[in-house]
Amino acid sequence: MVAEAKGEEAGGLVFHPMDQFIVEPFFGDGAVSWYTITNSTVWMAIAVLAVFALLVLGTSKRAIVPTRMQSVAELAYGFIYKMVEDICGKEGVKYFPYIMTLFMFIVFSNFLGLLPMAFTPTSHIAVTAVMAFAVFFGVTILGFVKNGASFLELFWVSSAPLALRPILALIEVISYFVRPVSHSIRLAGNMMAGHAVIKVFAGFAAIAAIAPLSVVAITAMYGLEVLVSFIQAYVFTILTCVYLKDALHPHH
Amino acid sequence: MATETTNSDGLADVMGVQSHAPADAAPGMPQLDFTTFGNQIFWLVVALVAIYFILSRVALPRIGAVLAERQGTITNDIAAAEDLKVKATEAEAAYDKALIEARAEAQRIIAAAKADIQADLAKAIADADVEISAKTAESEKAINEIRASAMENVEVVAKDTAEAIVAALGSSADAKTISAAVDARMKG
Repeated sequence: MVAEAKGEEAGGLVFHPMDQFIVEPFFGDGAVSWYTITNSTVWMAIAVLAVFALLVLGTSKRAIVPTRMQSVAELAYGFIYKMVEDICGKEGVKYFPYIMTLFMFIVFSNFLGLLPMAFTPTSHIAVTAVMAFAVFFGVTILGFVKNGASFLELFWVSSAPLALRPILALIEVISYFVRPVSHSIRLAGNMMAGHAVIKVFAGFAAIAAIAPLSVVAITAMYGLEVLVSFIQAYVFTILTCVYLKDALHPHH
Repeated sequence: MATETTNSDGLADVMGVQSHAPADAAPGMPQLDFTTFGNQIFWLVVALVAIYFILSRVALPRIGAVLAERQGTITNDIAAAEDLKVKATEAEAAYDKALIEARAEAQRIIAAAKADIQADLAKAIADADVEISAKTAESEKAINEIRASAMENVEVVAKDTAEAIVAALGSSADAKTISAAVDARMKG
């Protein structure tokens, strides 16, 4: 192993764009068992603390005229609340805390992951898949509990010609079951790709002639990643709302 | 040889093939290193539950209350402003009404005063007229008296003079005759 690493470095350009995603124990070495505190765990914890700092410490004064922190907290609250209300209607407001939980976790993981040397929990398919499947199963169970068997009308497009309906139903069913996959891979893929590309540009910086270009490219990518971080959190949240709406109002 | 090995490893890594043992430090795509899945899922659930409790127990009710309170304050202030505006309009109307009433009252007082003065004046004129007519009657009476007494005096003087003239002419007549003659003369 050591010899191999040395051989690589002697070769000049060294790219390890994926090394940043390695989950390893935060304290010491060893195997990663289910309870080990890893770098991923630490950054999740930091995200939780950041959420706590913004939404609890930031609003501790309960000011009628808000401070800056409280303003941001209220903005986040109003943003997600309005999204849930607009998409799911009044009945959806009951599920607002769950959706807000997902949004706050994703948005803070994404942004904290942009700090140099940070780890991005949401770049891992394990993390996003758990959230996506939680949404998928939650919404499906909720749909059947709320609507009973009539939840299946979601797949029966009554506005289409009768001959087309079975085909459309098949397509609808397939797309329904693909939802959690696309939902999770979209977020993890975006986060992973952006971070990997930045790392690749950083690798090019080893060549003096390309270094300035590399720095410019990293800066540009970083700016793009800031956008992507927010947009992916937004997309994940709004899709969750759309799926929830389907469960609450399955009729087309 | 070493380079070749690295390349083939790299290719395998890119393909996401689990060519490494779990203990190996550099898997191609750490996302597909299933040995860490349990760990990530466990801590993710812990993190999500923690955030959920922070939000649902503390943060969201508090922010909701603050927003509702602010909305309430704004609504109250607007209502209060509306109230004050209505009050101002009412006050203006009351002021206008009072002004109109005061003007009417003033007109009424002026008319009453005018009527009083008119009545007083008429009474005074009537009184004066009565007095004047009384005075006139008195004066007339006095004049008549004076005239009557003057006529009497003239008669007496005329009789006396006629008696004297008759006596001076050397004839005598009794007083009765003379008096009848003078009376007849004066009437004529």
